[in-house]
Amino acid sequence: MNNSEVKILIVDDEQIVRDSLTHWFEEDGYQVSSAADAFDVLKDLQPGKYDIMLVDIKMPKMSGLELLEKVKEIDPDCIVIIITAYASVPSAVQALKNGAFDYVTKPIDPDELSHLIKNAIKQKALKKENIALKTSIDEMFSFEGLIGESSEMKKVFDLIKIVAPQDTTVMIRGESGTGKELIARAIHMNSPRKYYPIIPVNCGAFTETLLESELFGHEKGAFTGAQYRRKGKIEMANGGTLFLDEVGSISPKMQVELLRVLESKQFTRVGGTEVVKVDFRLISATNENLEKLVEEGKFREDLYYRLNVFTIYVPPLRERRGDIPILANYFVQKFARQMNKPILKISDEAMEILLNHSWPGNVRELENAIERAMVVGKPPEIKPSDLPFHLEKVNSFESDSLEEVEKNHIQRVLRKYDWNITKAASALNIDRVTLYNKIKKYGLQKN
Amino acid sequence: MDQAALLLINFNATSLYDEIILNLKKHFNLNSKTIIPNIDLSKYYSEERDQYYSTKFIEFALSNFSSFKKILMITDFDLYVPVLTFVFGEAQLNGKAAIVSAHRLYPEFYGLPPNEDLFLSRLIKEINHELGHTYGLRHCLNFECVMHSSSNVDEIDIKSETFCKKCLEKISPFL
Repeated sequence: MNNSEVKILIVDDEQIVRDSLTHWFEEDGYQVSSAADAFDVLKDLQPGKYDIMLVDIKMPKMSGLELLEKVKEIDPDCIVIIITAYASVPSAVQALKNGAFDYVTKPIDPDELSHLIKNAIKQKALKKENIALKTSIDEMFSFEGLIGESSEMKKVFDLIKIVAPQDTTVMIRGESGTGKELIARAIHMNSPRKYYPIIPVNCGAFTETLLESELFGHEKGAFTGAQYRRKGKIEMANGGTLFLDEVGSISPKMQVELLRVLESKQFTRVGGTEVVKVDFRLISATNENLEKLVEEGKFREDLYYRLNVFTIYVPPLRERRGDIPILANYFVQKFARQMNKPILKISDEAMEILLNHSWPGNVRELENAIERAMVVGKPPEIKPSDLPFHLEKVNSFESDSLEEVEKNHIQRVLRKYDWNITKAASALNIDRVTLYNKIKKYGLQKN
Repeated sequence: MDQAALLLINFNATSLYDEIILNLKKHFNLNSKTIIPNIDLSKYYSEERDQYYSTKFIEFALSNFSSFKKILMITDFDLYVPVLTFVFGEAQLNGKAAIVSAHRLYPEFYGLPPNEDLFLSRLIKEINHELGHTYGLRHCLNFECVMHSSSNVDEIDIKSETFCKKCLEKISPFL
């Protein structure tokens, strides 16, 4: 902050004090104004009108302490410095409790005043910077990477918006590669815990003992190779969110341990005795049929109910084909940026292949396919031959049923012409009325 | 060359007068007329504080020596304005009059042996600083510039006697 940007108000009933402080601050280049009493200040006070106020504690009509309270109600970010005489130091201490930045005793030591104002400006600047950074974080991460305009994905976004601000435990269900971690991150970044970390743990990637150490951490010497004390992921998630992916693969022993932490919000590190208290939000994800695992006795029912408080189902890509072009173009732009390459257009033929693939690996598979195409593809466009070989054949709608084949074919052509009925009818070599009848018959819908 | 009134109010470092006059010529292109004013000091003195009120000296200078281009007062008295414990000096921003107190510039004030060179250097810096204000200059962030704010003597020692390039550009049309 430049001095000329800083707005200072001096509130004192003694004109001599107002004048000398005004003069002092003007020499520093601040924007200075003064007021003789509190009512004069309050009549048109708005948030942001002043950065710093120097308020005399002893004034007729309304005291500096009362003014401080009222100023903080209207503009909590305004820095108030109380000016007091030696006799009223206890009141100044009260002022600090009520939110004053600091107090100075009259007459003020110029050195002290100079430092005080510099510190106040520094705090103000940091506050502004902090707000700006938080805003940019909010903008950067709110729904980062979550792409989709289909009604299925819109439902998912709505659920995220509903559940994110609450502290509810969330379970995300969906096939592998559907973007469950992105959804967990979106929930976290839209929650009050967003300025704390989200700690993901892929439970399926660890053996039982390794997962235990990964989650709870360990003390030095807890096992061979444990040369240092190490914090576990649960401890690291303190204040934030713990995201347990592939939660269905947790062993029965670890299920008990996890349940205990979720119930008591405390645990001990492996090989330790110290009880560590934690506060975190839990989001879990699985692509397994947990209900079946519960029935089979492989997953604890009590843990299941603990985790399954609010469920979000992420649809597989094949159930939201309308999102494929948007996702594909998003990945083209992403990899063009990463690889420092020009943005390639996806040719109609290549897009048709993408639209008709069954995508068992979901969005992750699509992302990999586009990455490969961006590596091998040459401007101006991505051609079918640039896609991974298993995609090259349009294969997902093969069926023996004539009706099924017709339905899929019409759907594909409609997509190709972006649901332009005239063009699609012309390509199918049928009239528009027939096409409308077929759309009605097969219940086809855009997206 | 414009003329400045150099009012010496109980300023006893007589051996430095020439240096001060030379400095006014060098930095402000001012000829100076040295005056020892006849002044009733009781009006400016605060018994309670054992200090002199600097703003009242400025008023005195303006009402008695306004025909001069600039009025510079130098005194050995300790100066104050009511809200501050002391001031090294005071000046009219974009005006005519300035006053500098030598009281806290003497090394002896801090219990140190006399050092005329150090004292002179501090005095010149304060004179240039206060006169700089009368030319419209505000405090400068450049810590070497004489217009850098100093609320203790160490800060005066750090800065130089001269204006930084930016400040000089601002005042040079008026010199």
